[in-house]
Amino acid sequence: MSGLMFFAIVLIGLLIGAYVFRLGGQAVTGNAPKFRDMSFGEAFGFVFGAALLVWALYYYFQPKVLDTGVPNAGVVFFRWAVQGFIIAAIAAFVFRFLGRMVGTEGTKKLFRSMPLTAAFGILVIIIYAVVAVFAGVIAPYGQAEILGAANVMAGGDPALGGNPDYPLGTDQIGRDILSRLIFGAQNTVGIAFITTCLAFFIGGSLGFLAATLQGWLDQLLSRGVDVLMAIPSLIFALLLMTIASVWANELGIPLTIFMVLIIAVIDSTRVYRLARAVGLNIVVMDYIEAAKLRGEGLGYLVFKEILPNAMAPLLAEFGLRFCFVFLTIAALSFLGVGIQPPLADWGTMVRDLAPFINFAAFAPTAAVTPLLAAGAIALLTVAVNFVVDWMLHKSSGLKE
Amino acid sequence: MSRLLTIKGLKIEGRSDETWNPIINGVDLELNKGEVLGLIGESGAGKSTIGLASMGYTRDGVRISDGTVEFDGIDLVKASAATKRSLLGKRIAYVAQSAAASFNPAHKLIDQHTEGPTQHNVAGRSESVQDGIELYRKLRLPNPDEIGFRYPHQVSGGQLQRAMTAMAMSCRPDLIIFDEPTTALDVTTQIEVLAAIREIVEEFDTAAIYITHDLAVVAQMADKIKVLLRGDEVEEADTRTMLSAPKEDYTKSLWAVREFQRPQQPSPPADATPVVSVRNITAAYGTTDVLHDVSFDIHAGRTVAVVGESGSGKSTTARCITGLLPPRMGEIAFDGKVLPADYRKRTKDQLRQAQMIYQMADTALNPRKTIGEIIGRPVQFYGGLTGAKRRERVNELLDQIELEPSQYYNRLPSELSGGQKQRVGIARALAADPKFIICDEVTSALDQLVAEGILRLLADLQDNLGLSYMFITHDLATVKSIADEVVVMKDGKVVEQGPKTEMFTPPHHAYTDLLLSSVPEMDPDWLSDLLKERGVDNIGDAAVDKM
Repeated sequence: MSGLMFFAIVLIGLLIGAYVFRLGGQAVTGNAPKFRDMSFGEAFGFVFGAALLVWALYYYFQPKVLDTGVPNAGVVFFRWAVQGFIIAAIAAFVFRFLGRMVGTEGTKKLFRSMPLTAAFGILVIIIYAVVAVFAGVIAPYGQAEILGAANVMAGGDPALGGNPDYPLGTDQIGRDILSRLIFGAQNTVGIAFITTCLAFFIGGSLGFLAATLQGWLDQLLSRGVDVLMAIPSLIFALLLMTIASVWANELGIPLTIFMVLIIAVIDSTRVYRLARAVGLNIVVMDYIEAAKLRGEGLGYLVFKEILPNAMAPLLAEFGLRFCFVFLTIAALSFLGVGIQPPLADWGTMVRDLAPFINFAAFAPTAAVTPLLAAGAIALLTVAVNFVVDWMLHKSSGLKE
Repeated sequence: MSRLLTIKGLKIEGRSDETWNPIINGVDLELNKGEVLGLIGESGAGKSTIGLASMGYTRDGVRISDGTVEFDGIDLVKASAATKRSLLGKRIAYVAQSAAASFNPAHKLIDQHTEGPTQHNVAGRSESVQDGIELYRKLRLPNPDEIGFRYPHQVSGGQLQRAMTAMAMSCRPDLIIFDEPTTALDVTTQIEVLAAIREIVEEFDTAAIYITHDLAVVAQMADKIKVLLRGDEVEEADTRTMLSAPKEDYTKSLWAVREFQRPQQPSPPADATPVVSVRNITAAYGTTDVLHDVSFDIHAGRTVAVVGESGSGKSTTARCITGLLPPRMGEIAFDGKVLPADYRKRTKDQLRQAQMIYQMADTALNPRKTIGEIIGRPVQFYGGLTGAKRRERVNELLDQIELEPSQYYNRLPSELSGGQKQRVGIARALAADPKFIICDEVTSALDQLVAEGILRLLADLQDNLGLSYMFITHDLATVKSIADEVVVMKDGKVVEQGPKTEMFTPPHHAYTDLLLSSVPEMDPDWLSDLLKERGVDNIGDAAVDKM
């Protein structure tokens, strides 16, 4: 009951604050349009935001350890989050600043119009790409290498059960987590990238073909895609993976190849839908008619006339699709049918280390181990989405 | 007369490439109660921007940077959103160019009509329905009692434009902004809308700003005319003064546009084989016939203009000739030889001989390809030229369409103006080295000065290369200036055909006569005289239906 009362009091306080804020603003600025035309909702938003900021500051400076000697986990995680956020923002800013200074006139212009979120996204993607490509050089140990001690704490502080040789600790059978994270970038991201490319090749070419030729081919492909899309994708993937695991053993082909094919086919249905819809809008244009009347072949129509005009929405979809594929692979690995051990994979790492999350309340450093892999997944997903948002915004601006 | 709207030193800026660029550089405007001001100028002159600014409104990414817009003592630039809300719709109304795009397709006309009065507490719902029906009757809409209960897609374009005018009138505003309300309409429909607008504006003594690029239209509607050029005022005067004695050179050049006249080519010998011969074509979309027994010939070096309203089958005929729509009956012969009906069955050389130039240069040029690629493709495809030879041929073609090759070769279509894009469309057709070109409304999307340039270019090319044109248009001024022969179409049938000189001298077929007399003239009394002569119920669609 007291919680409800507290909530009500805070709400009323904020509402009054919003009213006073707007009135005060009008009085101080001499009724400037900004305050004059401000709706009450907008004023409430400002006051609410300010209140949230004050609370965040207050919470940030709470002690890390409670009087009883137990660490205050909430504060610890909150501080990490805030610090991470600030570092990310600074890194993105510096990156964008450098981009504006160095490079050709074209890239400089690109960086000038870039929001901070997109700069952050691009920076993260570059870092992931570098790590994935040079994993073997960067990683201190091999991904399957079993070292001495199991379950070493992260942080590298011997007093807390860490070891400076393994800065992020070791897992339950004593493999270095940092090395596995780095190799995970190669495996998970690399496989996701290949899968997405394959999905786009299948879905894109079939979609454009259907849009250009129409008639029975379009009907056949579209209804086929409808059937595939009617089945929930993760369950469908699981089902097929179970079948494929038997074949993989019989034929001696790595299961990973089957996984790539299965996810590519399932995801290509979504790409097909998009490519067909975008293509249909393009094929009615007069320049396509002009090309048809010139006597151009199908290949020229699809790749030279339609594809360049469909690039913007397809690229945006590529970013999103990549995230979905990536999450599907992580989910399959988490469920045990995806990337097989001993290959390092972020999904598998989360599953294997998941029990440590129970330590969160009294040992934040121990709980962090499964969160590292999960965070790596989340960070890439967020970064890709930032870049995609920016690209979508840019391409929609061009059309006007 | 009392002053209604005063605009002083209005400056408007638009944001592009991260800087604010001027759109309007200090325009003054004064409007009294019950007065109609015509704003004219080419596209990009800032007509619509001023029209919107006189309601205190700007489009996204555009701002009023200086000046005042005083409406009945209220400065709309400084007024609060609430004040503007109470004025717009009630005292100031707006009629947009495309009524089809401005009505909400999900609601009935009358429901959209009553929204204004009920929102502004001018009248109750049932009262404003009655008023709406009354206005529909005044605007001479057919079945005024029930037309309001239709959805926007169930009425024709001209009717929709009048319904929109009725909607603007619903609160009896003091000022209406008409932004090119008849530009998208056929001549016969346009005249009807013009008459209706003028009548109702006079009846309620409403002031209006009438935006258009068509001088003849503005001459009928406005009391005074203001000419704009790239955000600056050129001159302003009474309609009669302006028409008879324009002061500035720019205005004079606008007035003179319609003087381009190509001498008629001599008739071909009687036994000459026509380049293109359309023989008894009947064509259908689905099961409905849209062309009925259409026949005409196009001889070498001559221009045949195909005239008619939208829906008369002009473009369908072109689709039959190109082979996009194989006709149900009849055949197309090229140089005396019958062509396969479907373009897919024609040889490369047959395709090369007949080229097409489109109405909308925006959609006719691939936006992701450079001008060099667009023109170079047919050069390579048909002529087999590559590398330096291809480049040389493209430069030659760019010279022919009067665009500097070094400057335009690597540009994208979006970096060209409308007229330049249309020129590139012409060059692409020429690149195939054809005998025959179909020009589908090539000038109707362009400003008059630019359109005249295109017509002159086409005429020069015809003289130099001996091309034959099939010129599809609804604009009789264009026909007058360029055609040798005219084919008049209506409802998928050829109504009349013959040499131009014959067509433009009486006696005409009744439909040709209606088309000819519906073209607005520069005389400010033209509409009044026509209405007197024919009677208000005998113009436009009504007259077409009676035939």
